[in-house]
Amino acid sequence: MSAVTQTTPAAAEAAPEREWRPPSYWPFVVPALVVVLAVIVFPWLFTIWMSLNQWKVGSPTTFVGLANYVRLPNDPRFVEAVGHTILYTVLSVLLPLIFGTFAAVVFHAKFPGRGFLRGVFIMPMMATPVAVALVWTMMFHPQLGVLNYLLSLVGLPPQLWVFHPGTVIPSLVLVETWQWTPLVMLIVLGGLAAIPTEPYESAQIDGAGVWQMFRYITLPLITPFLFIAGMIRMIDAVKSFDIIFAITQGGPGSASETINLYLYSVAFIYYDLGYGSAIAVIFFLLIVALAAIMLHLRKRTMWTEIGGGA
Amino acid sequence: MKHHPISRRTLLAGTAAAGALSLTGFPARAEVQWKKYAGTKLEVILAKGPRGDNLQKYIKEFTELTGIQVESEQIPEQQQRQKAVIELASGKPSFDVIHVSYHVQKRQFEKGGWLADMSGYMKDPNLTAPDLVESDFSAAGLQYAKNDKGQMLSLPWSVDYFILYYNKELFQKKGVAVPKTFDEMVAAAEKLTDAKEGTFGFVGRGLRNANMTLWTNFFLNYGGEFLDSKGGILTDGPEAIEATKLYQTLLTKVAPPGVAGFNWMESMASFTQGRSAMWIDGVGWAPPLEDPAASRIVGKVGYTVVPAGPKGQYSATYGDGLGIAAASKNKEAAYLLCQWAVSKTQGARLLQAGGGVPFRNSILNDPEIQKGVKMPKEWLQSVIDSAKISKLGLPVIIPVAEFRDLVGAAITSTLAGADPAAELKKAHEQFRPILERSEKA
Repeated sequence: MSAVTQTTPAAAEAAPEREWRPPSYWPFVVPALVVVLAVIVFPWLFTIWMSLNQWKVGSPTTFVGLANYVRLPNDPRFVEAVGHTILYTVLSVLLPLIFGTFAAVVFHAKFPGRGFLRGVFIMPMMATPVAVALVWTMMFHPQLGVLNYLLSLVGLPPQLWVFHPGTVIPSLVLVETWQWTPLVMLIVLGGLAAIPTEPYESAQIDGAGVWQMFRYITLPLITPFLFIAGMIRMIDAVKSFDIIFAITQGGPGSASETINLYLYSVAFIYYDLGYGSAIAVIFFLLIVALAAIMLHLRKRTMWTEIGGGA
Repeated sequence: MKHHPISRRTLLAGTAAAGALSLTGFPARAEVQWKKYAGTKLEVILAKGPRGDNLQKYIKEFTELTGIQVESEQIPEQQQRQKAVIELASGKPSFDVIHVSYHVQKRQFEKGGWLADMSGYMKDPNLTAPDLVESDFSAAGLQYAKNDKGQMLSLPWSVDYFILYYNKELFQKKGVAVPKTFDEMVAAAEKLTDAKEGTFGFVGRGLRNANMTLWTNFFLNYGGEFLDSKGGILTDGPEAIEATKLYQTLLTKVAPPGVAGFNWMESMASFTQGRSAMWIDGVGWAPPLEDPAASRIVGKVGYTVVPAGPKGQYSATYGDGLGIAAASKNKEAAYLLCQWAVSKTQGARLLQAGGGVPFRNSILNDPEIQKGVKMPKEWLQSVIDSAKISKLGLPVIIPVAEFRDLVGAAITSTLAGADPAAELKKAHEQFRPILERSEKA
């Protein structure tokens, strides 16, 4: 802020001489620059610095170099958490993509009450994840939950859902899918609206079936949108915290502990900020790497799209 | 008080004092100078729960008594602990008085030097009412509040004993007697389990971390001690393995399916729905169990002490207290507040509502106060009996959270069939270096 007040008079004095004028936009950049430095760059540098120290709340800090990073591969909880994160992410990207695309195709067709039903379908997205999580916790209850009651109606045996290490991640993904399928649907609906009708007409004349039209016309044309949806979902799923924390807190045992949950425990329950920062740095690199891969793939699909059109 | 013979001298002194205190409306004989810090403003950080409610509900009485303004906020337990630790570590906490969870924070707070020493205040008649003496607190309370040098760093506020809740109706139906030992408990639970009807003999915390509070009660009754003389952890010894086997048997053979993910909430749900016949947990759950809006078993709940193990009978004990931030500038005023919060009046209110159990024997054993307890008599009796066999339920170390997470995860994994000895060994291989690091630092 002070930088602004200092530069403004200087710029005013320089103006009458008309020789060299500093770029006039410069003062306007400063506030944004200050904010970015203060809230993005500085915390990051500080996190990296913390990760190089033995930094526990309540005890003195000592510089330990890369020791915190060396601890990571030897920490079974961290290694397991990486596995859980990958499984959780893959499932909670794929399932909403599949269901979302399906829902979009359904809601793209014209039928009475479509607008209202679209609205209803989008509602899960509007709910607060923690509130959603609490409701699902009750529904998952093996004895009192409504899900097992529904299963019993169709003669299926009761399941343990989030209360068993083997089914906990798929059950959590169910919640995630329920909540975020509408988002994928919205994005894909936008894509569907942009597809011209001519290819379908000519395909119909050529005798293509519904599935063939979807597979060879719709799907290729909405692929760029699917990539965007996939990327948004992926970034969300990798750092998903609220749903998991509210429903299982990483349990049973540590069967649903993702990197994010472990990070939270290390930093804010064990107060081991140094080690926590090291996890955060690695976690950040992982997200950046995943996003970079997705962007790269997206560029390639864009290319074929343009190439195909030309 | 009124029957003291009055001499001319005391009368004169009394009149003078009354003159000085005339506006307070307080008896002149009171030695505590409640009004001395009038006008001070205190900030209090509380963990959400009945203790915090009880304090906030009656705080006006404290302000009337002392003229001290109190700003208090209740934050959910876990967040409150984080906030408190981060602020205390920064050296400039925003609060004067803090609600401490002893079983989690005792060592950490002592090591950080974050709490003010109250020993001096307790000896000062200007600050401390004559009925507040160290010996009135239960042994567990003093163990929690004092550091190794014997300084009082907090006032013990409310204690949580683990007790056995049981469903009298289910017990009668199956003709089962209330178990006195672990063996009897297992046998009873087996008889009470009827998977077809969906009723089970036992329920308790299976969720990692939360489950440690239940498991340690088994561990203690098998003769376990948490630490050796050098501070090494002993929770993977033979007692621990026996305790884990019992835990495994109960939670896999006679407990509702999915118990591995149960915290107290899910356990209570199963118990209040009449689906589980026995439940071991903290004493504080009587109010919801006896609340017709939340429970289907009102009036059918039995309360008793945790059954004995082969090497003893203990009630795993946890608790919280009120401390003063060492960095506070209003320590004396803060002390008055702590004292008021653990006073007989406030303690009686807490006990009578079932919201907590005061550490002070003079409150717990006062027949007048006992009469006002709204919970069943059996509940009160189980509290009094538990107080006699109370033993700290968690090791007094800094990395309590890591201990609960790592060992708790090992215990939970035995519910999926893993071998107790092997799991405990693995968990302790991870935990020992953490403990060593924290004690060295």
